[in-house]
Amino acid sequence: MSQQRLLAWLLPAIAAICLAGTALAADLATLVTNLTTGGYSERGDAIEALAASGEARAAPILQALSAGQLYVRPSDKLVVIGKGEGKSIELSDAITGKPAGTASEDDLERVKINNRLRGTIEAAMGSLTLMSPDPSVRRSAANSLFTRRDASSLESLDKALAAEKDPGIKRVMEQARAAVVLASDAPDAQKIAAIAIVRDRADADSLGVLQTVIASASGPVKEAATAAASSVRQSLKAWEAAQNVWYGISLGSVLLLAAIGLAITFGTMGVINMAHGEMVMLGAYTTFVVQQVLRSAAPGLMEASVVIALPLAFLVSGVVGVVIERTIIRFLYGRALDTLLATWGLSLVLQQAVRSLFGPTNREVSSPSWMSGSFHVGQIDVTYGRLWIVIFALIVFALLMLLLRRTPLGLYMRAVTQNRPMASAMGIRTPRVDALTFGLGSGIAGLAGVALSQIDNVSPNLGQGYIVDSFMVVVFGGVGNLFGTLVGATALGIVNKFLEPYAGAVLGKILVLVFIILFIQRRPRGLFALKGRAVE
Amino acid sequence: MITRFLWQGMDRKFQLFVLLVLAIGIVLPLLNQLTPAASALHVPAWVLQLIGKYLCYASLALAVDLVWGYCGILSLGHAAFFALGGYCMGMYLMRNIGARGVYGNSVLPDFMVFLNYPELPWFWHGFRFFWFAGPMIVIVPSLLALALGWFAFRSRVTGVYLSIITQAMTYALQLAFFRNDMGLGGNNGLTDYKDILGYSVQSDGTRAVLCFSSALALAIFLVIAAAVVGSRFGKALMAVRDAESRMRFLGYRVEGYKLFVFVLSAAMAGIAGALYVPQVGIINPSEFAPGNSIEAVLWVAVGGRGTLIGPVIGAFIVNFGKTYLTGALPEVWLFALGALFIVVTLFLPKGVIGLRGQLAARKAKAA
Repeated sequence: MSQQRLLAWLLPAIAAICLAGTALAADLATLVTNLTTGGYSERGDAIEALAASGEARAAPILQALSAGQLYVRPSDKLVVIGKGEGKSIELSDAITGKPAGTASEDDLERVKINNRLRGTIEAAMGSLTLMSPDPSVRRSAANSLFTRRDASSLESLDKALAAEKDPGIKRVMEQARAAVVLASDAPDAQKIAAIAIVRDRADADSLGVLQTVIASASGPVKEAATAAASSVRQSLKAWEAAQNVWYGISLGSVLLLAAIGLAITFGTMGVINMAHGEMVMLGAYTTFVVQQVLRSAAPGLMEASVVIALPLAFLVSGVVGVVIERTIIRFLYGRALDTLLATWGLSLVLQQAVRSLFGPTNREVSSPSWMSGSFHVGQIDVTYGRLWIVIFALIVFALLMLLLRRTPLGLYMRAVTQNRPMASAMGIRTPRVDALTFGLGSGIAGLAGVALSQIDNVSPNLGQGYIVDSFMVVVFGGVGNLFGTLVGATALGIVNKFLEPYAGAVLGKILVLVFIILFIQRRPRGLFALKGRAVE
Repeated sequence: MITRFLWQGMDRKFQLFVLLVLAIGIVLPLLNQLTPAASALHVPAWVLQLIGKYLCYASLALAVDLVWGYCGILSLGHAAFFALGGYCMGMYLMRNIGARGVYGNSVLPDFMVFLNYPELPWFWHGFRFFWFAGPMIVIVPSLLALALGWFAFRSRVTGVYLSIITQAMTYALQLAFFRNDMGLGGNNGLTDYKDILGYSVQSDGTRAVLCFSSALALAIFLVIAAAVVGSRFGKALMAVRDAESRMRFLGYRVEGYKLFVFVLSAAMAGIAGALYVPQVGIINPSEFAPGNSIEAVLWVAVGGRGTLIGPVIGAFIVNFGKTYLTGALPEVWLFALGALFIVVTLFLPKGVIGLRGQLAARKAKAA
């Protein structure tokens, strides 16, 4: 209530300042009509007048104008807001907001604006929305004023500041005010104080503000601005590094997911599975199928589709893996190079099978709402999807560790890895363990596929893009050591992301490959090499 | 004299095979040139081009076989050497377009004009002359093989690890060549050639000569390979393949053997690539794709690794199948190729060449 009363007091005051009497007494109807007549400069004045009028309808009308949806109906000169395009535009009276029938685009005159007017509207909307009851609207209004630095918004900012209760938004408004002060011809002392406030914001926008000050000011103001700018730059650099680390971790988690199944089959069994990428692809397509089924059968479960797809993808890829092991790979133990060729052939067959079944084009896999969107930590932009994938990769890693260390199956696997004949002599059925190990590795690839379906194109070639990278991770981390895979994936991810800004994405990747090629020369068995007899 | 000496060292069957390769390279171009188009014996130019392509593939297969079949180094990056040789040839051909390009710039190839290159990048200088480009075709792939091999063999990177490294190498090169900044045409590669050694690349006569050159190159490679394999050196090479550690303990410098044969093989692949490019009319980064190298390995496996005739036969069989199937039943081709990989590794470890021996062994067992 008090806010509305305040508005009632405030807005005529603003209007008085902005318009210096021209449209002071104008009612809404004249204000709106003024919008549609005259040239661009008169229209600009009319926009400011409307914004200053404080009418509740001002915001939607200006929005419509900015979006090119404000029309004049020539038949009765009524100003209308139109939604839609072409033959049937739904109209509503701009002044009352009531529906006003439909009309074809040809029968309406659009109220034209140019970019300068669009800017004016934005600024006007800024001061209109500063007093909005919705805190997020107020915050973004203050932020937009910070970048616009329109001297005329100083008054509205002051009033808004006085009324603001939320300390966070208040700070943003103070920063906006400081930016406006810097753009005005205020005395030096005020400007220097404003520079300090802008400096504390410490983001790219504030650097922009400071740079304009450096360019235009002189004397102590310029010195203060230069000092502030360099401190902002430093803090920006630190944030950028932090952001790169996060991107690196995020890329590393993807690499980890893709490589960890390979680490099991290659690392513990010594089997080169070139079809590993295709297991990932099968997982991604399982997600696609699950979503298709859910969409038609149980749309309510779409939010949980990814979770439902996880066990199914594990099963699909795992079963395919066991079948491959039983029918092909078991005949090739001890012939690593032949295994490599056979599984490469298999990967071609699987790719073509999927291409024949689902078509060669990308399939769309939707993200549930809890995986979309993002939030800020300081100035780091964190998307929920990536965050979940990092968490998911760690969970998979932990579960796998548990399985290998704490279950009988894990015990058998490690025993067979270390000494096959001895394990066999102790009564372990090594062929079964082989099949299960291979199934496990493939199943985990399937899990990776579900995660990758959220960030990558689901196409028959999905797996191929990861196969070289995953081998690099396994070899770099050290064969037969899951922790090596974890460290290798994270390190490669971070190194890649740090190289990218300097060398570009592709060259960065090439450098990483060259680095690994050289690294393997130094330590042929990877970062964490197994020692002793297992080596040969 | 050396040739005669080498020639006499080979067995009869191999001599006949080399002569057969040469005969293909002589008879087909001659039939194309000397018979009128309406004649039943006339060989159309596209057949020449196809056979020429297969002959280049066969040389590549032979190069792979030399390192894999005889030295146990499974290189998954041989297509990189092939493509590098091809790029050297492509650069020579590009420089010889002269002012006939779309933009009519007599120095800069079209793509450089398009990408606003102010001047020719340093590594393009000299490629206008064949006396420079020709040696480069051998030197560039050999140097890469030398560098990679020197690092890898000295630190005893073997087996699967070496395969993965070579694959990473060709993958990295592919990514690098995709970049426009690389100055080699980026995504589109080098194409629109006009002349080779002053003759139009489009003319039937040039096609015929290129086809013959490919056959000649293959024949020479076969003779060289036979000489290497049949020598004392070759015996040591095979011993390295079968028991590397033991050879080391016996006092052989294993890495020297490997390095020599790796570089030789890369040079062969480079020449094959250089002959391939004018016949297909384009070279682009997709030639570096890891899949291509693995396919070359398949040719060897199908024909029979560790034999010299096998890879040539394998390259012809697989590529003929590929040409036929990708035309007639495109969706079947990858199934067939994949199945071929599996069937050959599971059931034909010695390839087509070894099939007779395999059957005989089975018969002997049954009897």
